[in-house]
Amino acid sequence: MAKVDWPAADKRTLIGKRIDRIDGPLKATGAAKYSYDINRPGMLWARAVTSPYAHAEVTSIDTRAAEALPGVKGVWRDTEKEVRYAGEIVAAVAAETEEIAQEAATRIRVQYKPLPHQVVDDDPKFFDAAKDKLNKREEGNVDDAFAKADKVVEGEYGIPVIAHCCLESHGQVTEMRDGELHVWPSTQNVSRYSDQLGGAVGVDQNKIHVECQYMGGGFGSKFNSDKWGTIGALLSKQTGRPVKLLLERDIELMTAGNRPSAYARIKVGAQKDGTLTAVEADIWGTGGNGGYNPPPVPYVFKVPNTRLTAKGIRTNRGGQRAWRAPSHPQGCFLTMSALADTAAALKMDELEFFLKNVSLTDRAEVYTEELKIAADLIDYKRKAHPRGDPTPGPVKRGLGMSIHTWGGMGHPSECDVTISPDGSVEARLGSQDLGTGTRTVIDIVVAETLGLPLHAVKVQIGKSDYPASGGSGGSTTVGGVSASSRLAATAALNALFETIASKLDTAADNLEAVRGEIRQSDKPENKMSWKEACALLGVNAITKRGSNNPGESQKMHLMDGGVGGAQIADVSVDIETGIVTINEMVAAQDCGLVIDLKTAESQVYGALIMGITYALFEEAVYDVKTGRMLNADMEFYRLAGIKDVGNLKVHMMTGKGYDERGVVGLGEPPVISPGAAIANAVANALGVRVPQLPLTPDRVIAVLQKGGNLA
Amino acid sequence: MSDEIDTSKPAGLSRRGFLKGLGAGSVATGLLSPAGLKEALAREGGVVGPGEVPVTLKINGQNRKLSVEPRVTLLDALRNRLDLTGCKKVCDRGTCGACTVLVDRHPVYSCSMLAVEAEGHEITSIEGLGTPERMNEVQKAFVHHDAQQCGFCTPGFVVACSAFVRKHPNATLEQVRAGLGGNLCRCGTYAGMMLAVVDAAKKGGA
Ligand code: FES
Ligand code: FES
Repeated sequence: MAKVDWPAADKRTLIGKRIDRIDGPLKATGAAKYSYDINRPGMLWARAVTSPYAHAEVTSIDTRAAEALPGVKGVWRDTEKEVRYAGEIVAAVAAETEEIAQEAATRIRVQYKPLPHQVVDDDPKFFDAAKDKLNKREEGNVDDAFAKADKVVEGEYGIPVIAHCCLESHGQVTEMRDGELHVWPSTQNVSRYSDQLGGAVGVDQNKIHVECQYMGGGFGSKFNSDKWGTIGALLSKQTGRPVKLLLERDIELMTAGNRPSAYARIKVGAQKDGTLTAVEADIWGTGGNGGYNPPPVPYVFKVPNTRLTAKGIRTNRGGQRAWRAPSHPQGCFLTMSALADTAAALKMDELEFFLKNVSLTDRAEVYTEELKIAADLIDYKRKAHPRGDPTPGPVKRGLGMSIHTWGGMGHPSECDVTISPDGSVEARLGSQDLGTGTRTVIDIVVAETLGLPLHAVKVQIGKSDYPASGGSGGSTTVGGVSASSRLAATAALNALFETIASKLDTAADNLEAVRGEIRQSDKPENKMSWKEACALLGVNAITKRGSNNPGESQKMHLMDGGVGGAQIADVSVDIETGIVTINEMVAAQDCGLVIDLKTAESQVYGALIMGITYALFEEAVYDVKTGRMLNADMEFYRLAGIKDVGNLKVHMMTGKGYDERGVVGLGEPPVISPGAAIANAVANALGVRVPQLPLTPDRVIAVLQKGGNLA
Repeated sequence: MSDEIDTSKPAGLSRRGFLKGLGAGSVATGLLSPAGLKEALAREGGVVGPGEVPVTLKINGQNRKLSVEPRVTLLDALRNRLDLTGCKKVCDRGTCGACTVLVDRHPVYSCSMLAVEAEGHEITSIEGLGTPERMNEVQKAFVHHDAQQCGFCTPGFVVACSAFVRKHPNATLEQVRAGLGGNLCRCGTYAGMMLAVVDAAKKGGA
């Protein structure tokens, strides 16, 4: 009888190995069809029209000139009267070609009555106490702790609003066929994508079929059908034709979600030996035109006496969306910056200071081990120096570090595994692969369970018609699908054992599936090939469902939640140009049992690079006067290129103490620390803190001019 | 075109915004030279469009006839008319490289070139470099070094890298960093990519 527990390390043939992603060849050759690539017969192209005003009343929308253009087939007008940010969609048009749609969009005349707007997010005076409530939290005896502290260090720090900038924009292809709605969206949430769509367009939920085989990045911004999903479906209904509506880049950057900003004044109290005793933080920032969740400060370190107040500033900007590890990069940057400044004020080595205080965290041993590994990887002992690189010359070098945490417990997930009489195996689940390697993970788990090679299993995901699986957010996918596919494959295998046990003159309990054979565990020569065994099924395939119930799977150690990670950055700063260069970055990260070491490492490398990008380049810049985003394009909303990332080293924590926890998600955690580690490294290089991300040359120079270090 | 074109500075970049911005979609003499278009220009007295004009594009070794308005970019012609969707539209204005194709073996941002400009040239799209069953060395190296996550930037990178390794058979990491600056990835696949490109170059490249 096959057991659901993960096999022991010496029994694993696939799990934990370095395995190429199974859809790699399709992606590398351009054969993978993303939602943007779906071309349906008779399909129309749609374009959206957006408000140029940050706040206005729409008084009229005249689409006549657009409709008069040959080739225009449908128009959509918003009935909502108020626009709340520049870039909000107010109308759309569908036409025979993309060029006609583009031209028609310019012919839609929208009249606005401009209203006062407010886009400033970095000044707490814009907090509206009449409308929004002050967020307050207090623990311990803060004033007393500060009074008794040997050292009290104060600082101001800031991390701006950034966008998701998924390379595949947001949008979908929609098609009405025989009263049913087919949607090919770029989504992180195949099974529940249509939750809000059915009602909005008047199609019953069970008549909506969602398919997304490949998608070009979401990072938290692609869970729902959104306004453009509704518009596309309505245009399909109106015209009777399939409609492709993918947002143009500028619209995507303005409307499709952002990561909230966070600015703070932070006061830290510590003893002479570095022990943290108190933290007080005043935080403000914006989540756009909606509410604001303050970031966790202090982060990771449970300092005994803390006081936090947070002010959410409403702005006439697009709304926030989850951005890889929501709230954590902000909380981490604010906290770790303040702590590194405290270490410097105490004239303590940063690593020693962090190690001293890990006892205040939930996983002191893990962080200690990780910090030491990271320090070795970057040659900390040799390179470290107190604040301010003492070497002459314009290029200053420094090290900085940070630690982070995340949950990553698997989500509910259902999976069907079918074993057919011809020996073929199929796993079906309504999950999706965002590029994290979900397909590959499912393949590895099912193949390992059945004792088969990877190519013997066909993994079918990406359709809402398959058994439901959770949305891919919060690093919940790998735990969820690993557990459900393990449960399903084990159940199917045991059903196969039942069928064939008598042919091998033994009980099902004594059988095991190994290397393409089914054999008696204590008498391996009593065996038959996988194909022979399946042939005994006659005409009836076996299909078993695995349902991942997170609580139970955690108890069975199939999966777990809660991880830690440590990162150290080595940077150079040119004090004449203000340019920050990443020399090297190292990451030590745990995530329980690793299913595919290769794609797991890719997650961490990718997170480091995404982190370098927001540390050095990313910021949504708004013009106070017009309320418009000034860099809604990819020239000025900069992403790191291949030359910007330096040498990267990743160490995955595996083996004893980690593997037995089961699978834990990995997508979010490693993206949390880079901003903090890089900012701390810059402070270590210069001897002064550049308080705000991104660490652009103008900010570096401004700080140096004030600090006098340029001379 | 000379052999000296740098992959980080694809050609055809500056004209496209201007041309595409014509709106009505007419194209005047002087900007374009291909034979078919020359005929059309002669016939129409120096201006083609705003209606559709016939073009023959040589793509991946095959002549494909299509009829497009002059304002249609090569990228949109490939994706929307010919269903060659390997090249991606990301910025649509010459910043990201996701739309890279080879024109006469040189990497070009196809969003920044008009389809009518491409007539008379040899166009190679990602689909012409290999198939999942028969990948070129760059594609194999991308898979092996996991130089892709969501994969949306990947076809553009593979095309650019294939041209790069042909030009730099002994590419060093420094050359890779300098030479592949014309493409962007959001998922952060540069670590694997650097290894992939050096590896592919060693194995004889594309
Ligand atoms: S889409 Fe052509 S360069 Fe970005
Ligand atoms: S792999 Fe996703 S953008 Fe490069």
